[in-house]
Amino acid sequence: MDQILFLAHTQENGLLPASALEALTAALALKSASGASELVVGLVGASVQAAADQVAGCGAARFLGVAGAEFSVARYATDAMAAEAICKASAASIVVAPGSSRWHRVLPGVAQRLGGVADTHLTGLNPSGAGGALTVARWYYRQRMEAVIQRQRRPWFLLIDPGSQLAYVGAVGTATVELLPVQPGAAQLRTAFKGYRELSSGVQTIRPEAKLLFVAGAGWTKKQADGQPHVKEAETLILSFLQTSRASLGSSKSLVDLGGEGQAVLSFLTHLNQIGQTGSTPRHPKGLSTCCHGEEPHAVGWRFINERRAINLDANCGWARGKADVLYVADAFAVMNRVNELLAAK
Amino acid sequence: MSMVLQIVVCGSIVPDPLQTLEPVTTPAGPGLKNEMMLPAVLDPWASHALYEAANLAKQNPGSKVWLVSLGPKAKLQQVMMTVAQKVPFELIAVDGPAGGFTEASQTAAALAEAIQAIPGLDKSRLLVFGGWESASRGAGVTMQMVGELLGIQDQFQGVDEIKLQPDGSFEVMERVEGGRHQISSCAGAPALLGWATGNLPEPKNNPQVGMLNMRTVGPALQKAKPFKPAATDVTFVSVSLPKQVRETRIIKDKTADEIARELVEWIKQ
Repeated sequence: MDQILFLAHTQENGLLPASALEALTAALALKSASGASELVVGLVGASVQAAADQVAGCGAARFLGVAGAEFSVARYATDAMAAEAICKASAASIVVAPGSSRWHRVLPGVAQRLGGVADTHLTGLNPSGAGGALTVARWYYRQRMEAVIQRQRRPWFLLIDPGSQLAYVGAVGTATVELLPVQPGAAQLRTAFKGYRELSSGVQTIRPEAKLLFVAGAGWTKKQADGQPHVKEAETLILSFLQTSRASLGSSKSLVDLGGEGQAVLSFLTHLNQIGQTGSTPRHPKGLSTCCHGEEPHAVGWRFINERRAINLDANCGWARGKADVLYVADAFAVMNRVNELLAAK
Repeated sequence: MSMVLQIVVCGSIVPDPLQTLEPVTTPAGPGLKNEMMLPAVLDPWASHALYEAANLAKQNPGSKVWLVSLGPKAKLQQVMMTVAQKVPFELIAVDGPAGGFTEASQTAAALAEAIQAIPGLDKSRLLVFGGWESASRGAGVTMQMVGELLGIQDQFQGVDEIKLQPDGSFEVMERVEGGRHQISSCAGAPALLGWATGNLPEPKNNPQVGMLNMRTVGPALQKAKPFKPAATDVTFVSVSLPKQVRETRIIKDKTADEIARELVEWIKQ
């Protein structure tokens, strides 16, 4: 029988991020389905008591923690030490963790260190899958095919893709945390955290929690009906929309790459906005694409968007036909200008 | 003052992203239909790692770049015809399957073994580069395992920039949530960096660089060590393409104002 460890790190305020609460939902479902398995909560951070209290009512048999200033920020060497210590102390055979950038950086290495295996970007867990055993689902070839797999090897690290599960909601309480003595040495402290850098433009355009993903395609920078490009106008329309709608901005690769080709670009776009084959595949309830073109694989960028609408001058565009729920054949400049007016008036 | 670096880039080959991919069952497990016939490219994020490595080596005279590439020898040869024209490197080929369904831990072990076999490898000068995820397995786990096998504890993923300091230390910019970058400083080599897109454009083809590289590419392919994955613990219950095709409602006859009102109502729901 598997021993389940829910392994999370705190965020800057000492609490668990939403992605961790989603992973806890998956861990609890696994525990519930596997009957007598025990759930252990493992936490890493500057201080882990607030996070433990946050999930005190989850039914965990033990709360293990590694805390201290060295563990307040993401750093491979110290995070690996902490995760390794918790995994060993819990004797976990299944480790469920959020697929955050911090854990994604380190847990595959910890799995290697412990002789285990890690699967990432998991979008589904079925505790009673084929043969009654645990199966997990993940995508291959950049979200172009989905596989369901089982494994015999343990410990098995399962990194859950943020946005794929409902977040755990439970009563806050007081948890008793067993703090493990983990002391990094000089070899683990060669890397020092210096800080975070916002986008160089100073414009916040990526909002993982947004209800809407706005996808801008290369058409925004092309010549319009008057024979001229209107890049500045496009920038104003898009930024205004992002400000009033609080949407997150994605872009096609071609639009991001225009800068490298010396063409006019939207100044606030970076490779971080890029979705698709060599970009991200964000999860949002709704998506609105504008001026996007191309067939698969370019359209994989909105694989995980539930409701999809598109504005495009080409009614036969492969980006939208068969992939969007609604395609408006119209001039995006005119439509978005009016959308902004309506949103501003509300 | 510059630093003499040994930069090893791990980069495999993947099907050209514009190809249609279809999973099939083979005796060895899942694979792609006509996999050996599909045109291949160097993995996109590994390509960025290679360009960044070459740029770093150029800025630090005496430095050298190796490209450790695992894939079927014939496909590697095909891809190297193009890649070799981009930047200077020495190829170390490992002849084996490069598909997404190959077990990451076995791939990592083969790569680590190839790196450790590089003559004159000096860990105090070693930077191991690669893509932070492949376009095949797409798991983002292999590089961390390579790092562990090489005993490298300073690892960075989703890297967009490295700034080397005169004393050999460096600053790294990694992607984190919310469109932000985490900035870290590291005391120096050895370190492992899984690259995202970085900041450099794809270099133009340079026939002179190609000719120099091809002197070593041929022999490297000839002496490529075979890699045959062992049986693993993983069972693929299913591998399938997404079947959902949406019934797209096409609206051609509405004014911009009407569309805007409909969109605002939808956004607000």
